[in-house]
Amino acid sequence: MTLLDPVWTALLYLVAAVCFILALRGLSSPRTARRGNLIGALGALIAVVTVFLSARLENIPWILGAIALGSAVAAPVARRVRMTQMPQLVALFNGVGGGAAALVALLELSHADNPWVRLAIVFTLLVGAVSFAGSGVTFAKLQELMTTRPVLFPGLPAVMAAVLLAAVAAAGVVIATGSPPLAVVLLLLGLAAGILLVLPVGGADVPIVISLLNAFTGLAVAASGVVLGNVLLVVAGTLVGASGTILTRAMAAAMGRSVTGILFGAFRGGSTAGSTAVSERPVRSSSPEDVAVLLGYAQRVIIVPGYGLAVAQGQHTAAELAQALESRGIEVDFAIHPVAGRMPGHMNVLLAEANVPYESLKEMGEINPEFKTADVALVVGANDVVNPAAKTSSGSPIYGMPILEVAEARQVVFLKRSMRPGFAGIENDLLYEPQTSLLFGDAKDSLAQVLGAVKAL
Amino acid sequence: MDGMSLLTITVLAVFVGFEVVSKVSSTLHTPLMSGANAIHGIILVGAIIVAGQAADPWVLAVALLAVVLATANLVGGFVVTDRMLHMFHARKEVGRNPSAGKVEGP
Repeated sequence: MTLLDPVWTALLYLVAAVCFILALRGLSSPRTARRGNLIGALGALIAVVTVFLSARLENIPWILGAIALGSAVAAPVARRVRMTQMPQLVALFNGVGGGAAALVALLELSHADNPWVRLAIVFTLLVGAVSFAGSGVTFAKLQELMTTRPVLFPGLPAVMAAVLLAAVAAAGVVIATGSPPLAVVLLLLGLAAGILLVLPVGGADVPIVISLLNAFTGLAVAASGVVLGNVLLVVAGTLVGASGTILTRAMAAAMGRSVTGILFGAFRGGSTAGSTAVSERPVRSSSPEDVAVLLGYAQRVIIVPGYGLAVAQGQHTAAELAQALESRGIEVDFAIHPVAGRMPGHMNVLLAEANVPYESLKEMGEINPEFKTADVALVVGANDVVNPAAKTSSGSPIYGMPILEVAEARQVVFLKRSMRPGFAGIENDLLYEPQTSLLFGDAKDSLAQVLGAVKAL
Repeated sequence: MDGMSLLTITVLAVFVGFEVVSKVSSTLHTPLMSGANAIHGIILVGAIIVAGQAADPWVLAVALLAVVLATANLVGGFVVTDRMLHMFHARKEVGRNPSAGKVEGP
């Protein structure tokens, strides 16, 4: 078989790289997002076909078999996963990508003839391993295979420091000598560092860590491109590394937190551990029928869905309730906080799955001025994102986080499981205001009861 | 390729990465993360090259593991992103397009 000319190879890789850039750009608008993603997949296909045509490869049947196996495992899982479980699937796919980059770097060590290439190998090994192990822990947390709370033990900072120092020492020796056994040690140290990095991160911050590890894997892939002298890997990896960094910062900013605070806050004691303290102050609790009357005779209702709705899988019931209210001539909108759900933008996906029209989903900046005109703000399984403490009490851990201003609405109804505070572990004074009433219970059950009562009006 | 060219390409790619993502609305943060996640699955190209050059069976075994993992990242990533985005799309067909089609259609 004659091989593809190096110029053609480079051109085809360039086409693939442009496809990836167009894919990321396409994702900037709901209208072009799906096409953008397909362009990205096309770029990947072009790149994979090109590598088979351009290099003299052995073991091709084995490689094709491995590709078939990987696809056969991943595609059905990706097709069948429930949309609420999607964050952990993204974490899993991210982790295996990081693992693949680390393995590629490990195997290239024997071909590396200068310290610069070995530096890139060491970087890929370490970052890829951190991403693999860290993603594994985030997967376990989100899938609730382990506690979602921060895991802390005495001496954690010392252990982390020791692991990092050992990694730097091992990295130095590998760069100088290219010793394969020490490269394996480095890989193991990277895995340990990844686990230690994510263990102290709690609940609501886990999605930000997924995004950060996504950027890490991108950087590992870029470094492996340097190792292999493959421009496409360098460009694609760098794109993901850069965009992932921006995205991570945007997500953290939307939650009023800093990335360093999330990663190292627990080491300093100021974590999002959350408290279970329950205040003694009285609240007004109400029945599904009361809530139905409030909603059914309103003119404008704004629904604020949150994490609790996603966990309870209540998005379809919420959509039905909105339809039932609209059929009574009531104007219904969904107010989406940037970090509602289990990861930023997740709530949009869940409500889209439940066939809520795109026009009914209002972003925070758009909906906030409209709470004044709303008769009822129905808060379903959200707490911190509507807590006025973010605006008023400068000592609060969420101070500075932009919130949905539900307090402006004439009536506020909270559907909550209990009086327990949200992830930030602080009380919400809004719960005790005179215009607020609460309906306790699982978000989905409560919504179903309210829906039944609305239909019976 | 020499080091300087690679460095130039890397720096330019950093700016392109910053630029394309800074315009993305928070509505699409999740699909974007998932889409970017799929793109780094292109490490498959690297895994294929390493597996294709493997002479030792152990090296081949590890390289093939890398191929399986990278394929899972690449294929799974694009499929799950497409599924997410399909929901944005499908809802429009259900909501507006059919009625618009009836008005404009023959």
